[in-house]
Amino acid sequence: MPAVGPGPAATSAIDIVDLRFRWPGQTRDVLDIPALSIAAGSRVFVRGASGSGKTTLLSLIGAVLKPDAGRIRIDGTALESLSGGARDTFRADRIGFVFQMFNLLPFLGLVDNVLLPCRFSSTRRERAAADGGTLENEARRLLAALDLDVDALASRPVSHLSVGQQQRVAAARALIGRPSIVIADEPTSALDADARQHFLELLFGEVAAAGATLVFVSHDRALENGFDDVIDLMGLNTASTGGQGMRAEALR
Amino acid sequence: MSLARLAWASLLNRRLTAGLAILAIAMSVALLLSVEKIRRDARTSFGNTISDVDLVVGARSGAIQLLLYSVFRIGDATNNVSWESYEEIIARPEVRWAVPLSLGDSHRGFRVLGTDASYFEHYRHGDGRALRFATADPSTQGPGVNPFADLFDAVLGSEVARTLGYSVGDPIVVSHGTGRVGLVNHDDQPFRVAGILMPTGTPVDRTVHVSLEGIEAMHVDWSRGAPVPGQTTSPETLRATELQPRAVTAFMLGLDSPRSVLRVQRSINDYTDEPLLAVLPGVALRELWNLVGVAERALLIVSSFVVVAALVNLVSVLLASLDARRREIAILRASGARPAQVFTLLALEAGLLGLGGIAGGLALHYAVVLVGGFWFERRFGLAVGVTWPEATDWAMLGTILVSATVVGCLPAWRAYRRSLADGMTVRV
Repeated sequence: MPAVGPGPAATSAIDIVDLRFRWPGQTRDVLDIPALSIAAGSRVFVRGASGSGKTTLLSLIGAVLKPDAGRIRIDGTALESLSGGARDTFRADRIGFVFQMFNLLPFLGLVDNVLLPCRFSSTRRERAAADGGTLENEARRLLAALDLDVDALASRPVSHLSVGQQQRVAAARALIGRPSIVIADEPTSALDADARQHFLELLFGEVAAAGATLVFVSHDRALENGFDDVIDLMGLNTASTGGQGMRAEALR
Repeated sequence: MSLARLAWASLLNRRLTAGLAILAIAMSVALLLSVEKIRRDARTSFGNTISDVDLVVGARSGAIQLLLYSVFRIGDATNNVSWESYEEIIARPEVRWAVPLSLGDSHRGFRVLGTDASYFEHYRHGDGRALRFATADPSTQGPGVNPFADLFDAVLGSEVARTLGYSVGDPIVVSHGTGRVGLVNHDDQPFRVAGILMPTGTPVDRTVHVSLEGIEAMHVDWSRGAPVPGQTTSPETLRATELQPRAVTAFMLGLDSPRSVLRVQRSINDYTDEPLLAVLPGVALRELWNLVGVAERALLIVSSFVVVAALVNLVSVLLASLDARRREIAILRASGARPAQVFTLLALEAGLLGLGGIAGGLALHYAVVLVGGFWFERRFGLAVGVTWPEATDWAMLGTILVSATVVGCLPAWRAYRRSLADGMTVRV
């Protein structure tokens, strides 16, 4: 189980204390997490039913949303103290995302999709260039490591790739320039069982190679094996989860 | 890759809707440019019609009306100037030359102008260019030679000859009145084509020129505007007769010095024997533009509204695409794009669409000018040539580009707000 306790540990990648978040216009908090700590370099499985606030938590960790109260420290930086622009820079530099599906921009090629974060973060651009010699080489190296034949696939529009291939391209994008945290939001839910296992193995390998912390969200308990820690959001989140489905309408 | 290249790639991905938005802008831009061009070319063409003439004199009416019927052959004179008044005025010491103009007859839809040899000597168009003969009877060629050597000689404008297929030596029949068809033909007095003028881009091209005596000869057997039954005079008899013009419709004057113009004008306007009007062509032309300006502005306003409609269409296309692009924006945000960059991306996209529309509009405009120019010149005698856009055109195009970018800020603002509100959620 994760090291749950007050105060940031020296080896913590993510430290959360008394975090509360409520979507604008809602009467209830969607998240209320007294404490959560995730060790640097660990692979953490976050489990929770849909509507339990998983995606909101990831948005908060990803510095996309700002907490209403409480503290979030990522690599020792207090996110709640950052301005909007600084949060964007922080996210671009430190965090890689893999979504559930449709991860890729259809109008960009394979390599350009992978290099997208390097466009917004000079830190990751420089690191990726240093890792691979050139940006393009690093993108190709990552794609190859994730079992994608770049030369065979590059000529096709990315929307023609299989879902499994698209998710691995997304993983390469999340990993390029070695961000400290990779956040994956149900990345395997559209994959069949074999592809799921294949994806996880490749992802684990490259996350370890990059030295990143992996926060992996899923409702599929069959995937829990192989993770260092499992967090049950239902147990952790003291806010009522009766607001299922309300979030979707919150801002319309 | 820069943000501009991202915007471009995204646009290419939606090339059908983007293409239609560009087409709408292109068509409106082409319309605006073409309206402006025709307006300007019409002005130039009108301005080129008369040059180096100090005064135009006719029976008292409006300055614009006088200019229209005497120079542009549009409309009819209400009254003539008596031959006595004409002779008295051109006898003034300040008058260097005079060109009489006698209108009122037509030949198959083209106006017939009665004048004398001075017309070919003194009439100037464009920036002072004289009339030149394209083809002529040898006896009528050369300086100082009267093109109306014979009583029934006619000189055709280039378009008259081209349209009706006449060449030198052909007989033509002149009819009374200025209508296109019917009326009474002076078929007992056939004229002969003595010369054909070079194209001038002025109403001269659409005019049949005969001598004042020729006009008189046509009307010898006429009384009170109708032929006298049973009375015909042979051309031979007419040639032997001393035909004295009784009146002219108007005349153009060249004076000895610019200082004389206002003095002569005043004395003609105060002429006691008959009510006359003398106008300075430039002044009358300016009055005409003031009048025409209203219609021009209306055209310009309509064209501007078409541009506005195209820009509204642009906004609706961008707004409609926003829903589909929510995912795209979320991916960009997750990759570290700031809301400001998302905003810039969308605004840039609108700017690119505007730029594409303007480029397409220019291309369309030139295609219209190239293809339509010939037709326009044949149909209206208005030369519409391919010219580089003028400063006002560029200013207009710049305004459209800025407007496209500014209206593009509306969808960009929505995208910005959404990208803040959506967080990391990517909706399918």
